[in-house]
Amino acid sequence: MAGQTLYDKLWQSHLVEQREDGSALIYIDRQLIHEVTSPQAFEGLRLAGRKPWRRDANLAVPDHNVPTELRERAGGVAAIEDPVSRLQVQTLDDNCDDFDLVKFDINDVRQGIVHVVGPEQGVTLPGMTVVCGDSHTSTHGALGALAHGIGTSEVEHVLATQTLIQQKMNNMLVRVDGSLQRGVTAKDVALAIIGKIGTAGGTGYAIEFGGQVVRDMSMEGRMTLCNMSIEAGARMGMIAVDDTTLEYVKGRPFAPSGEMWDLAVAAWSDLHSDEDAVFDVVVTLQGEEIEPQVTWGTSPEMVLPVNGTLPDPAAIEDPSRKAAVTRALEYMGLQAGSRITDIRPDRVFIGSCTNSRIEDLRAAADVVKGRKVADSVKQALVVPGSGEVKKQAEAEGLDRVFLAAGMEWREPGCSMCLAMNADKLGAGEHCASTSNRNFEGRQGFGGRTHLVSPAMAAAAAVAGHFVDVRDWQEAGQ
Amino acid sequence: MRAFTVHSGLAAPMDRANVDTDLIIPKQFLKSIKRSGFGPNLFDELRYLDEGQPGQDCSRRPLNEDFPLNFPRYRGASILLARENFGCGSSREHAPWALEDYGFRCIIAPSFADIFYNNCFKNGVLPIALDAAIVDRLFDQMYASEGYELTVDLQRQRVITPDGEEIPFEVDAFRRQCLLEGLDDIGLTLQRADAIRAYEDRQRIDSPWLFGAIR
Repeated sequence: MAGQTLYDKLWQSHLVEQREDGSALIYIDRQLIHEVTSPQAFEGLRLAGRKPWRRDANLAVPDHNVPTELRERAGGVAAIEDPVSRLQVQTLDDNCDDFDLVKFDINDVRQGIVHVVGPEQGVTLPGMTVVCGDSHTSTHGALGALAHGIGTSEVEHVLATQTLIQQKMNNMLVRVDGSLQRGVTAKDVALAIIGKIGTAGGTGYAIEFGGQVVRDMSMEGRMTLCNMSIEAGARMGMIAVDDTTLEYVKGRPFAPSGEMWDLAVAAWSDLHSDEDAVFDVVVTLQGEEIEPQVTWGTSPEMVLPVNGTLPDPAAIEDPSRKAAVTRALEYMGLQAGSRITDIRPDRVFIGSCTNSRIEDLRAAADVVKGRKVADSVKQALVVPGSGEVKKQAEAEGLDRVFLAAGMEWREPGCSMCLAMNADKLGAGEHCASTSNRNFEGRQGFGGRTHLVSPAMAAAAAVAGHFVDVRDWQEAGQ
Repeated sequence: MRAFTVHSGLAAPMDRANVDTDLIIPKQFLKSIKRSGFGPNLFDELRYLDEGQPGQDCSRRPLNEDFPLNFPRYRGASILLARENFGCGSSREHAPWALEDYGFRCIIAPSFADIFYNNCFKNGVLPIALDAAIVDRLFDQMYASEGYELTVDLQRQRVITPDGEEIPFEVDAFRRQCLLEGLDDIGLTLQRADAIRAYEDRQRIDSPWLFGAIR
């Protein structure tokens, strides 16, 4: 019999029941809850007279709607100016009180984007099943966990039963061999993978990321990579546990300690695919060939190396793709054949569950240190992923670097990634963004998003147009 | 949940690939704490010319006359013909809520994003994946004949065209049963509470660190 993949092992160890009809009951170890996708789930519990199965398996934190300007943030929930947002955040607080669930309040130093907070607090751990009503839950797969987004009905199902009814996915290995060039990051790897397999390439699969490039990545980088599995169509992405994982997890507030730590580490040593495991699909990339990436269109697969030129619909035969490229160029206000480096962002956003961890902020600060944001850039926002990230960044003086460069230093939250709070693009504005989706209207009605790494966003902020951060770093040193 | 057995209705087009859930229901409407009322904002950025806000009276907003769902011939449609990777992006269940609230009971496309596909079944909306060539043909037939109605028979797993052609489709047995009977799957799962407890008891002994309490 062939060996098991990491996904097979995680699935097997959480299988409560396999049913004859092909579905399975899977146990869920952790659920993260935020204000946007949970109110209807709590309401469902209430209407059915049900209670949470295991209160202590859940952690709630508001992130999508929270204001990031200190002026508005300092007053807590009651001071949120948008009444609809305020009600939603207040409703999360009320629901957690009613059902006795732990939440980090809006101004708790531990508050932040759920997918930054979970690993940072040791709330999500290797070997766990982790869910949240948010598609970027795939982030936690970086810990060697089975983690994926769910809808609100399933949030309610997990609250009520601590399980989910699931169908097993197929296995895909994405192997990135070799090493990365200087200036090329996990974000570029993620975008290059999506460029290669497309936004539906991973549909129906659980992706495991492997290869030397992934083994060499920090945990922050691995989280960025797993985070964007969903942009490749896969609900979950995961990475084998190794010393990097253990070093990251050890000592986190909710991580096991003492004897329990030793027991856990012994069990986690099996959290990798067996050597003779068989994947349904294997995709390979060579690390040295990956260049800094910039999306030009309205889907994450519309991505090019920074020195690329935009596609010409006239040269595309497939009618569906031709139509999509034509529409995307029109929406983005860009010309076929023009260069990525000619695109001039009006705003820059450094943040989101993809790229708001300390390493991301360091990379951005390295680029802007001693420089100024270009006059043509109206706003450059830096939004740390959590209160803890913010505190760490300030201890390192990164906030002063950003402020001196003319950037704004904000309070933690999802912010301009999806513009549910006041941080948004105006119609027609281009944004160099470290977030994960460049869909039409995603960052604001009529807004035009270009997905890039933190270093590339920072360099674009200073240059006033996209530049190859590899040259930039050479020149700057 | 509303059961789905046989449904006949007018078909309407969403003729583009990779329709994401932001396009199906933009984020400003996700601030609602309710489960209903999303229909008027379905495809908001395509349907209207202005930027929609929560709580607005949509009947007074300027319509995009070029958007097919605004054509009189598609008024009252309940079956949506769509393209590859429909429902990609965010996990928001507000997307199927909006489709259902608008009146769609069934979506036919060559492929769907996983989370969206799953969310549909929880809301009495049947997503049907058919070969791209077949979907192409349905689009052609629909464009060619005003009032084009399809019948979807979940019991027999068939899409039936106006000229009587029967197209078989696949659907997972459990999801099919839940939809046919309109079952509440939390209730079903709770019937297995003993099995869940037995699993928990084993895990608490074998892997106690998984039960570290969030307190």
